[in-house]
Amino acid sequence: MRVYVRLRSEVVKPVSVTARAASLLVAFLVVAGLVTFVAIYYVGGASALPTVHYAASAGQVNVVLQEDPQNNSASKPDWVSYYVQDPATQKWVHTTLFSVPANTKVNVTLYGYDGCTPLRNNFYSQVQGTIGNTVTLSQFDQHGKEYLTDKTTSVINAWSDCNVGHTFAIPSLGVYVPVASPNAQLSANNLCSSSPCTTSGNPYAKETFSFMSPAHGGVFRWQCLVPCGGGFLDGNSGPMQTLGYMMGEMDVVSS
Amino acid sequence: MTTGPQNESPHEPQHGRRLFLIWLILALAADLVIWFIWYPHMPPGDMSDSARHQQFDIAVLAVSAAPVIIFVLLYFTYSIVVWRVRPGDEDDGEPIYGNTKVQVSWIAGTTVIVLFLFVFGTVELVGPAGAGAGEGPAPIWKLAGTQSAVWAPGGKTMLDVQVIGQQWAWTYRYPQFGGMESSELMLPVDSPVTFHVTSLDVIHSFWAYQLGVKADANPQVDNVAYTTAKSLGGFTVRCNELCGIWHGAMFNYGHVVSQAAFQTWASGVQSKEKADGILAALPAYALTYDPTVIPQLGANLPKVDGITGAAGYYYPPSDPVTP
Repeated sequence: MRVYVRLRSEVVKPVSVTARAASLLVAFLVVAGLVTFVAIYYVGGASALPTVHYAASAGQVNVVLQEDPQNNSASKPDWVSYYVQDPATQKWVHTTLFSVPANTKVNVTLYGYDGCTPLRNNFYSQVQGTIGNTVTLSQFDQHGKEYLTDKTTSVINAWSDCNVGHTFAIPSLGVYVPVASPNAQLSANNLCSSSPCTTSGNPYAKETFSFMSPAHGGVFRWQCLVPCGGGFLDGNSGPMQTLGYMMGEMDVVSS
Repeated sequence: MTTGPQNESPHEPQHGRRLFLIWLILALAADLVIWFIWYPHMPPGDMSDSARHQQFDIAVLAVSAAPVIIFVLLYFTYSIVVWRVRPGDEDDGEPIYGNTKVQVSWIAGTTVIVLFLFVFGTVELVGPAGAGAGEGPAPIWKLAGTQSAVWAPGGKTMLDVQVIGQQWAWTYRYPQFGGMESSELMLPVDSPVTFHVTSLDVIHSFWAYQLGVKADANPQVDNVAYTTAKSLGGFTVRCNELCGIWHGAMFNYGHVVSQAAFQTWASGVQSKEKADGILAALPAYALTYDPTVIPQLGANLPKVDGITGAAGYYYPPSDPVTP
């Protein structure tokens, strides 16, 4: 096959500097726009999770959390999940982001509605990093009967019986708290099935403890140490690795 | 005409000698700077014997590499400056054929370098008992120290520390102190330490940076690494294996303290955990743990109160609502 090439004799006028600069600018803007879109669409989506802000009163702040066997999201309703109570409206917010002031005593009330699962490392049955290294625990059945009242303990043994549902841990602050589940035998097969759970009609455990927020501001991750990702290999994924479910961030705000 | 080093005429300067002299001066200066100024600040520092050896290794490698790098850059620069094409010179360079002297020098030089690195690397791996790296469950090179069920200050008894990784936190067990466990890593100074590194879930990597210790933490594997802390102070422990979304936050701090202070701390934690009951709640100390088996309960966890489920899967989808 022969290929004919036609040579043009006229001189091709070079593209002007202005035109080249304009082309470069347009190309840059297109790429920058694409990057911005991707960042907002994907990364920005994660930050859409609301943050519940707690304000201090007399040097203390009261944080209220609950952990449920399921949640009320449209996409992952069967994932175990934490909720945070908005102090202004008293409504439960499906988030794991909350903020507290720095250098403040943080009083946590934690409602445990989920059933038990053994800890992978029973060392985390030990309460650590709270004031006194203890928690105060009460348990209720679905009829509101309180069968354990204000027991202060430093250990909730996850391996001796069906005792622990999840944990609330802030590793960088050394805070490790096993979260009790409602007593299994007394409340068997009657766990809360609609989130956010309420104390009425559901068995639950109520735990209170306090710790000091750090003197400096910053974001401190918190997580569950029970591998509670249902349906995932060894329970390590899913809600365990997703903000808004079993991991969260405590934003410590400097005053 | 372009002139190269291989066709030097009597009127040409002696490029080889000139290059050698310039290289010698620069290489000597660089090596002196590396050894006397940079070496003391090289990572990972000198907090432990393994860290000291690593620092020494890096310094030796830098001293070895600097003359080679300088030679390459010098020859490159010299060629551009001296043997560049002059205006009006459109001749080709002389064809180059074999130069026995260059070839022998090249082969001899690279052979010496490679053999040196082989011998030096082997000595530096064997001498400090694995150089702070994980050697697997049956280490070939063992650190000298007396094995004993009890550790006490003053002697050369090996301190055993089990490092347990779990998404996303480290804990440490001390079998010579009743198997007590802590989220703090404390070590005595001047005492040989055996780390037994393992994991309860995915693969992590225990990296005690300033100690120069790094060992993978694999589930159901006992990965052994050795060190001896040589100075007091704090060090950082990081996970060095991408292990999930909070891998980057999986770190904490360890401390090297005096042997007496360590004894006091370890005995105190042991006593507290005994009193709290957590010591009895821990599994018997073992080199590895099967996370799907709870020693107190057995492997058949679904039978416990009819609720829990382990065996690799926690919470089948139907469990939370109707356990």
